[in-house]
Amino acid sequence: MSTNDKNDKTMEQKIQELTQITKKLRYNIVKMIAKANSGHPGGSLSAIDIVATLYYEIMNQDATNPKMLNRDRFILSKGHACPAVYATLASLNYFSENELWNLRQVGALLQGHPTIDIPGIEANTGSLGQGFSASVGIALGCRLDKYDNNVFTLLGDGECQEGQVWEAAMAAHHYKLDNLIAIVDRNKLQIDGCTEDVMCLGDVKAKFDAFGWNTFEIDGHDYKAIIETVETAKALKNGKPTAIVANTIKGKGVSFMENNVGFHGKAPNTEELEQALNELSN
Amino acid sequence: MNGVKKAMREAYGETLVELGEKNENIVVLDADLSGSTKTALFSKKYPERFFNAGIAEQNMIGMSAGLARTGKTVFASTFAMFATGRAWEQIRNSIAYPKLNVKVCATHSGVTVGEDGASHQMTEDLAIMRVIPNMVVLAPADYYEAKSVIRWCANYEGPVYVRMPRGNTELIFDNEEDAKFELGKARKLKEGTDITIIATGEVVPEALKASEYLSNEGISAEVVSMTSIKPIDEVAISFAKDIIVTLEDHNVIGGLGGAVSEVVSSKGLNKRVLRIGINDTFGKSGPANELLTYYKLDGKSVAETIVKNL
Repeated sequence: MSTNDKNDKTMEQKIQELTQITKKLRYNIVKMIAKANSGHPGGSLSAIDIVATLYYEIMNQDATNPKMLNRDRFILSKGHACPAVYATLASLNYFSENELWNLRQVGALLQGHPTIDIPGIEANTGSLGQGFSASVGIALGCRLDKYDNNVFTLLGDGECQEGQVWEAAMAAHHYKLDNLIAIVDRNKLQIDGCTEDVMCLGDVKAKFDAFGWNTFEIDGHDYKAIIETVETAKALKNGKPTAIVANTIKGKGVSFMENNVGFHGKAPNTEELEQALNELSN
Repeated sequence: MNGVKKAMREAYGETLVELGEKNENIVVLDADLSGSTKTALFSKKYPERFFNAGIAEQNMIGMSAGLARTGKTVFASTFAMFATGRAWEQIRNSIAYPKLNVKVCATHSGVTVGEDGASHQMTEDLAIMRVIPNMVVLAPADYYEAKSVIRWCANYEGPVYVRMPRGNTELIFDNEEDAKFELGKARKLKEGTDITIIATGEVVPEALKASEYLSNEGISAEVVSMTSIKPIDEVAISFAKDIIVTLEDHNVIGGLGGAVSEVVSSKGLNKRVLRIGINDTFGKSGPANELLTYYKLDGKSVAETIVKNL
């Protein structure tokens, strides 16, 4: 796919295309996790609309030149949702789609959590909070080199319980990183249950407000809202980083996975896979 | 040795300034201790390439990883306790795992931190840094060697941990050229025929003093300085005398003593290793030189321990 002509499309065309693309990506997410018989479907499915929208409609990236210096950067701080990114990168030909079916296997390119050996991956993440700090460092480095690019990072809401997240949030504000856009996948579930029961996050947007960020709250499955809000954030350039709290549904797109904490880190069995792939084929 | 003392951390700050002038790719981070680690010398000269993380070591290491991913050569500094202790997992996962070009240069290692006491006396850092894959672990022995080590770091692509003490320590070398660092190479500072004392970092001068005391007792001790803890010089250990004494301002578990013992046992060398260091205990407050005596790391005590154990 050429991302160069993305601005020539109407919003309706973009929405229509993303609807089709994400259906295929969801199909591949579920299939690769089932094949690996391990992985994190819930948070991958809640994140995929955001990830696909960034790659297909927003970021300046080139799969044939993944190390292009002025590229926009995407860092998946909630590294366990990497099937969403792997599916997206494969669809853009960063690597062969066949790699998806070796996920988490001995000797495979695609590790259980992201590594920089994988074309298109910018940071080793998976230990929560660390990708966010790396994003701050990448944004600092890009600004030092005077690149006119943006750094995007996707955090989990449960991840925001890590103290390091707020160290990074403080630093991004201190260093006035208006080339940094953080999106929080607010699916309200984590392994042990509802985020508010495990460790209350409260108003995540207000927390970023208090740390001096530009903040927005959107529906993380609404392509139009994602595109418009990110474009607004990119244009702000007011010396502040931007946080977008994206309300999402964990397991979105597969009926029995939706809002089901049981599918945070569990692969579907054969029957579940069949049902899921059926739903995603229609 | 002529009794002149200079701080390795001064060497660190001065060398960073020299390197920064020639290499615009060098960036430096600190966590609110730039006056103590001497990165302030760099920040004054190149403020646009210096990033203070505040009192947030985990984020400092994470930002270092990100900066390295944009092609920078990154030096990140704070006290050894907070660099390697507080941010250990960030060093492992964000820096060592992807093998990024970040040099974690810590000061205030060991009990010689002094008055601040055990909360600030890092005596486990060599152990917890050398166990991380991809990490190079270095502990220079004096001001000049610290300069050479830092210069080497700037030319090496990959993660490095450099351990430096707080205090002014005795000069062993005459100049930086004399102290030229080579990765994985031990340096024999003194010949001897009976035993080998292998020391690292700031207590290398104490090893030299111990060998003087020992010669009065009729024991001829050669002295080897082990700056490169990882990779370690296996050849030098193989050629050591049948009795090896290791000396470090670090827990006897897992540091230099541990590393030397591993080589001796896995190579099946028929040698005894007497490990002198901090005996699996926490430090205490006190003036640094008095603490060296208290923990029996001064030259005289080291000689006495050796005589008692021979």
